[in-house]
Amino acid sequence: MTQAFRIENSGLINRDKKLSFKFNGKTYFGYEGDTLASALLANGVHLVGRSFKYHRPRGFFGAGVDEPYAVVQLYRNGETEPNIKATEQELFEGLEAKSVNCWPSVNFDIGAINNFLRIFLPAGFYYKTFMWPKSFWYRIYEPFIRKAAGLGVASIKHDKERYEHKYEYCDLLIAGSGPSGLAGAYAAAKNGAKVILAEDKPRFGGSLLTSDVNIGNQSGKDWAEGIIAELKTMPNVVVKNRSQIFGYYDHNMLVMSEKVSDHLPSTKKYHPNKRLWYIRAKEVLISSGSIERPIVFGNNDTPGVMLSSAAKEYLKVYGVLVGKKPLVFTNNDSGYETAIEFKKHGVDPVVLDSRKNPESEIIDEAKNLGINIKNSYVVVAAQGYKKVKSADIASISEDKKQLGKIENIQCDCICVSGFWTPTIHLASQSGNKTKFKEEIDAFVPGQSKQNEITLGAANGVFSLEETLKTSFTAGSELSKKITENDNKISIPNVVEKKSSQHDKFWCVPLPKGKNYKRFLDFQNDVAVSDIEIALREGYRSIEHVKRYTTLGMATDQGKTSNLNGLQLVSEIENKVVPAVGHTTFRPPYTPVSIGAIVGREVGKHSKPTRKSPMHSWHEKNNAVFVDAGVWLRPRYYKRGNENLFEGSKREAKNVRTNVGVCDVTTLGKIDIKGPDAAELLNRVYTNAWLKLPVGKARYGVMLREDGIVMDDGTTTRISENHYHMTTTTAQAANVLSHLEYYLQLVWPELNVNVVSTTEQWAGAAIAGPKSRDLLQKLFPNSDVSNEGLPFMGYMEGDLYGVKARIFRISFSGELAYEVNVESDYGNFMWEKIMEAGEEFNIQPYGTEALSTLRIEMGHVAGSELDGRTIPFDNALEGLVSKKKDFIGKRSLQRSAFIAEDRQRIVGVVPLDKQTSIPEGSHLVKDDKAPLPNPKLGHISASCWSVEYDNPFSLAILKDGKNMIGQKLFAMSPLKNKVIPVEIVSSHYVDPKGERVRS
Amino acid sequence: MLYINCPHCGMRSQNEFSYGGDASVKRPELNKEVSDQEWDNFVYNRKSLRGKHLELWQHISGCRQWIKVERDTATHEIFRTFKADEEVA
Ligand SMILES: [Zn+2]
Repeated sequence: MTQAFRIENSGLINRDKKLSFKFNGKTYFGYEGDTLASALLANGVHLVGRSFKYHRPRGFFGAGVDEPYAVVQLYRNGETEPNIKATEQELFEGLEAKSVNCWPSVNFDIGAINNFLRIFLPAGFYYKTFMWPKSFWYRIYEPFIRKAAGLGVASIKHDKERYEHKYEYCDLLIAGSGPSGLAGAYAAAKNGAKVILAEDKPRFGGSLLTSDVNIGNQSGKDWAEGIIAELKTMPNVVVKNRSQIFGYYDHNMLVMSEKVSDHLPSTKKYHPNKRLWYIRAKEVLISSGSIERPIVFGNNDTPGVMLSSAAKEYLKVYGVLVGKKPLVFTNNDSGYETAIEFKKHGVDPVVLDSRKNPESEIIDEAKNLGINIKNSYVVVAAQGYKKVKSADIASISEDKKQLGKIENIQCDCICVSGFWTPTIHLASQSGNKTKFKEEIDAFVPGQSKQNEITLGAANGVFSLEETLKTSFTAGSELSKKITENDNKISIPNVVEKKSSQHDKFWCVPLPKGKNYKRFLDFQNDVAVSDIEIALREGYRSIEHVKRYTTLGMATDQGKTSNLNGLQLVSEIENKVVPAVGHTTFRPPYTPVSIGAIVGREVGKHSKPTRKSPMHSWHEKNNAVFVDAGVWLRPRYYKRGNENLFEGSKREAKNVRTNVGVCDVTTLGKIDIKGPDAAELLNRVYTNAWLKLPVGKARYGVMLREDGIVMDDGTTTRISENHYHMTTTTAQAANVLSHLEYYLQLVWPELNVNVVSTTEQWAGAAIAGPKSRDLLQKLFPNSDVSNEGLPFMGYMEGDLYGVKARIFRISFSGELAYEVNVESDYGNFMWEKIMEAGEEFNIQPYGTEALSTLRIEMGHVAGSELDGRTIPFDNALEGLVSKKKDFIGKRSLQRSAFIAEDRQRIVGVVPLDKQTSIPEGSHLVKDDKAPLPNPKLGHISASCWSVEYDNPFSLAILKDGKNMIGQKLFAMSPLKNKVIPVEIVSSHYVDPKGERVRS
Repeated sequence: MLYINCPHCGMRSQNEFSYGGDASVKRPELNKEVSDQEWDNFVYNRKSLRGKHLELWQHISGCRQWIKVERDTATHEIFRTFKADEEVA
């Protein structure tokens, strides 16, 4: 198939490499170096989509990141990605893309009926119409909006691509490789500064690729290529193309998205798809250039209407004519540059200039080439539905209010230039207070906030000579500060054509009797009339107008529309533009793949996984694991076809009758040393610690200053000034920070050191009536009798030559011990315990059995110590010292905490002794009471009691102390259950605690 | 992301630190009678300033020291940092 709009002798594409691709199912050809947009235009395809609201036909408007129209669904290597700008997507062999926003097809779109009903879809339409009746929202409105709206579909498959994050530091970061960026980079690099130069496009050079200028006796493009080639050889310079700096954050941290593989048919092995760079820069040069803005006229969204700079780029970079009968509509000299390029390639353009008598070198050149120029002329409306066929044009009065007689001229594209808008997004994101520059009718950066400087077109300077001068100087000065080198660089001489003042004209008035839609925001279909409505309805703040009309809220973030919107508001409001102000620029500058932001933190990498030293044993023995914070813990050890319920019941029962062993390595452990260690514990825990003898452990509860329980655990006095603290798995890190806080800031006079030893010790809990026999067998030389090692006792032992710590503590409520050895011996210890335990019918038990055992004993854990309960609520008030002061004690006097009917832990048994109560169920007095049914408490933990063989739960219940024996209902709307229950003591098994002391 | 000068380690990114609130809060001494109002002021009442704020951070993935940071809550500018026991003039 021929590429009817491709011309010879122009463009930077590789004509030796032909690529085939598919668009909407049809096969086309392009060349290496094309974008999807340039390749489609080369084939004469202008219709690529439908607009968001009215589903009007959409073509191409720009040639890069500012593109509001040509958003496609991309298919690559079995994956699909929505929201891809065809103007940014590089062509590769086998590329497939489809239009979005149209159903059933781009040529016949049912949604376009909105276009004829548009009287119903003015500004605020969604707000006004879809509000009532409320019941319609889910059933009718939302599905309708979802079907009608949207820019493509996200893949529901797992993304096979890899995305990486990288942290980098540099002296000078440069955003944009146009003349300013190149000059700044070169000067700084010559001074030895560490430079990163980022360019979002595949090719370096920015405007130099398309402008007709000379630098140092070379074309602008050749000069740029030379500079880039030299920069690439320098070890202190990183140059990155396809890399968009999209966010400027605090303290000179900028984030850049590098498209590593998007231009290839598939990602190379070991390569990421994208790489996100977090760059901390000492200095930042923003050389992001400017974006041409349109002039607003009737039907200005018709395919074939595009920015004049885009038409020039398609011609000079891609060798593509966007039309063969172009009409150029301009208010400044840039339109002439495009017209000259057309003329040079054998196409006759017509130029309409809104100015009366402009004179400049560029205009002279156009005249000399014999280009047809009409001054004081404007496009009133484009004609044609799926493609521009002609234009209604007219002369315009000097005050720009009166149109002359409407004439119609044939054309197949309208290249429009309403002058240039500096790209100030990064500067504004950094906190720079922007200012309005009258001469260019646009905002430019003002006072720098962070270490940033904006130069060239991004700073509203459109003279190449001045841009190069200031940028070379800035590059030298900024790097000199850092490296203290001062290598002088001679600034090359520049040949450029002088241009004349642009016309402050941005919107063509409607001719009498015509009601053309004049669009401001092309992606969101915001027209002049929508802004007028918003203002008429009382919206004043530009931020409100934006949200009400959705001006500038689409994926292009109004890069081509915002300023014209401001012009309109200021005109209606009779204010100057700076008084209206602009909306806040927020990152990202352009859409960034969610994958790039997430990076490697997906699936198992979304958090670290911690495993105990015994993990491989658990795996070999059919453990079913559960996430406990970042730890993986055995939930139960599956035998045969056992399910969780059966397996955990078996394990728990075996603890109650024989002996079990549980991996408790994950418990937090903190080593506490120093002469004031006891004093610290005494202040941190609610109970007394000064008299704990060496070789004894004690259970303690610690509070936050607000009186809420923070954590519990046992602490053991290993020697005179040495304690071993244990915390819950979940709170380990917080407790350490808590201790450090008090030691470093509140009581620095205490001579104590604390350090985490969680990973240094492996722990095994041995529990059950036969645990002492097993322990004696493991430590034949130690006296582990009830006298030798009483409840809450501690001793050191020798485990087949390995030093072990033995604690007689119990979480299960049975006679129990905890043995710790250094982590490297954890597996050895575990195997010895299993070996020696065989004769006692030992079984390992997981967290589910552990929970069952503690719940039926009424021992509290994280589900009760949930950050909302005080010691009394957990029946721990006996551990609260009345004599000494401690962290949080004063808060316990708060009236709510001492109320007569204060909530308290209770046991809950279903009346039928059959139905398990879902955790989180609410306890209520009357299950038939009208909603909201007053809640008396909630179920914190549930188990199947192995002692009584029926369900048992713990609950935190209002006035729990006086509720024992009451009948209530446990309601779980989530599980749709209502269960009649009886309230019992939380100590369901062994209420006197005799077993642990036996 | 903030760039914080840890007085012990040097310039480090914010993700190595955790925030600890207003550094000007003084805990009432132990074993001292404290009125409800004083205690509430210590536990709950904070000024939520706009502007210069002296606050605590812990260099949790570094030296684990608690430090004081003088930061503008509106602009995020950090003026000075101090060790835990340093007097702030
Ligand atoms: Zn530090």
